[in-house]
Amino acid sequence: MTSRRETLALAAELRAGFEEAGAVTVETPVLQPADILLDLYGEEIRARAYVTSDALRGEQMLRPDFTVPVVQMHMADGAEPARYTYSGEVFRRQEHDTDRANEYIQVGYEVFDRSDPAAADAEVFALIAKALSALDLRAATGDIGLLTAAVRGLETTEARKSALLRHIWRPRRFRGLLDRFSGRISVNRERAALVAGNTPPCDAPLTGRRTQQEIETRIAALRADAATAPISAEEVGLLDALLNVRETLPFALENLRDLAVDLPSVTDAVAGLEARAEALDKRGVDLSALPFETSFGRTSMEYYDGFVFGFYSARRPDLPAIASGGRYDALTRRLGAGAEIPAVGGVLRPGLMLELGGTS
Amino acid sequence: MTVRLGVPSKGRLMEKTFDWFAARGVTLSRSGSDREYAGMVEGIEGVSLVLLSAGEIPRELAAGRIHFGVTGTDLIQEKLPLWEHQVAPVRELGFGFADLVLAVPKAWVDVDTLDDLDAVAAAFRERHGMRLRIATKYHRLVREHLRHGGVADYALVDSQGATEGTVANETAEAIADITSSGETLRANHLKILSDGPVLRSQATLWRSRTANASDTDRRVIAGLLEKLET
Repeated sequence: MTSRRETLALAAELRAGFEEAGAVTVETPVLQPADILLDLYGEEIRARAYVTSDALRGEQMLRPDFTVPVVQMHMADGAEPARYTYSGEVFRRQEHDTDRANEYIQVGYEVFDRSDPAAADAEVFALIAKALSALDLRAATGDIGLLTAAVRGLETTEARKSALLRHIWRPRRFRGLLDRFSGRISVNRERAALVAGNTPPCDAPLTGRRTQQEIETRIAALRADAATAPISAEEVGLLDALLNVRETLPFALENLRDLAVDLPSVTDAVAGLEARAEALDKRGVDLSALPFETSFGRTSMEYYDGFVFGFYSARRPDLPAIASGGRYDALTRRLGAGAEIPAVGGVLRPGLMLELGGTS
Repeated sequence: MTVRLGVPSKGRLMEKTFDWFAARGVTLSRSGSDREYAGMVEGIEGVSLVLLSAGEIPRELAAGRIHFGVTGTDLIQEKLPLWEHQVAPVRELGFGFADLVLAVPKAWVDVDTLDDLDAVAAAFRERHGMRLRIATKYHRLVREHLRHGGVADYALVDSQGATEGTVANETAEAIADITSSGETLRANHLKILSDGPVLRSQATLWRSRTANASDTDRRVIAGLLEKLET
């Protein structure tokens, strides 16, 4: 077993490396106000974070990650551009797997920089890859922006697009909605009757806060949706082709460029990916050995909306990601009260690095 | 050491459990007055009766302080994470049937399924600036059910009793609670979502996987299980 002292020593070493790369060390409180995290993640966060409370401040959570408090701190009084590093415990409630740690040390590196997003993506990835170079790890990369761009470009209503966008991070639900919007599964009997106006009037009084007007609005929306043409099989096919891209980066790019001919909505996102590939190449990352997968990062319930990456041990598939990160521009918008800044970052788990028998 | 059997300490659940065991030649009874939570076992040697609140039986089983216990599937699954590792079902007792269901106002004619609930939750949040509240005491089960169903933008609010009243009182928009006949739901103008309950529950005899047993205890356990086979 790795001792806490060794883990902290490696964490300090990693952090010093990030300081050398230009980052300022920051600290964040362990106790975070619960409302902000609940607002971001929804009720699901309660299954992943420890919640506590007192009569004065109400509900608080033991920090499940550093990103949210670091973004808040930057949005409140950070100068631009900024690079931050930190290390410390994060706490993750575990309900299904007793082998997963509920408390561990994270070391992170976050970049807030408007000038060149592709270069910032490459900077974070390359620094973390370098810190892990002594370990034989498998990298995974993806880009959430491709899928969101493709959904935004679908030839269908805004209502359907926003329903799909809302569930980008829930692939099963996303698929269910897509099947319905494309007419592959039909609506149930109750819904068909309601849309046709064949539902008998309700004999019960309306209770609660949701108003009659809201019910009418939804019925109107259901009727409008029923009258909307299905998303074409061709478009669904293109979306599937996009989601199935899984190659080394140069081949993936070739594939995506071909796809963009029929799916012009992803053209900008593909160009962004190309710029990132160039920036990674400049940083000395071997692109021919770098996997790219459009679907990567969709199930992690995170706030990433562009580049995403992770590092895994092929030897120890039982371990979670040794390092992970990505771009979270939208998070800065949500926490920034009107302000926003492109941001990208990643975290390492020194405890797992030591367990795999390597240091930086 | 004796083999310890935990049984709900009051009400119909206790009476029906006593009847179920009596039909199999094991007579359980409360010793002394009605207020005293001590019990007696006749018909088999080496078994002692522990009268407990039904809600505490899962914890006692998991801790290994009782070898057997009678309680509902709902309470086992809500209170014990990885319950399969800690307890094993021995027999379903055929009473205490109850479903954990999600219910919404009956006047929500546009809501029948989890899919509808999710769409309504999104619209509700946009309109009211807060997430759609679901009152329940079964937080873990309900959260997992909603995750599986792909429902987002909801909040669970804790309700330890009179849960059906929370909608009319505007402390919740929907509820998740145990129901057997659905009568209370109807009286409160609520309806059950049509795509199945969160969980179907009934009174069940559980065996602890963690309780220590001496050789004598093991023989007693084998004898008890044999009696209960019928």
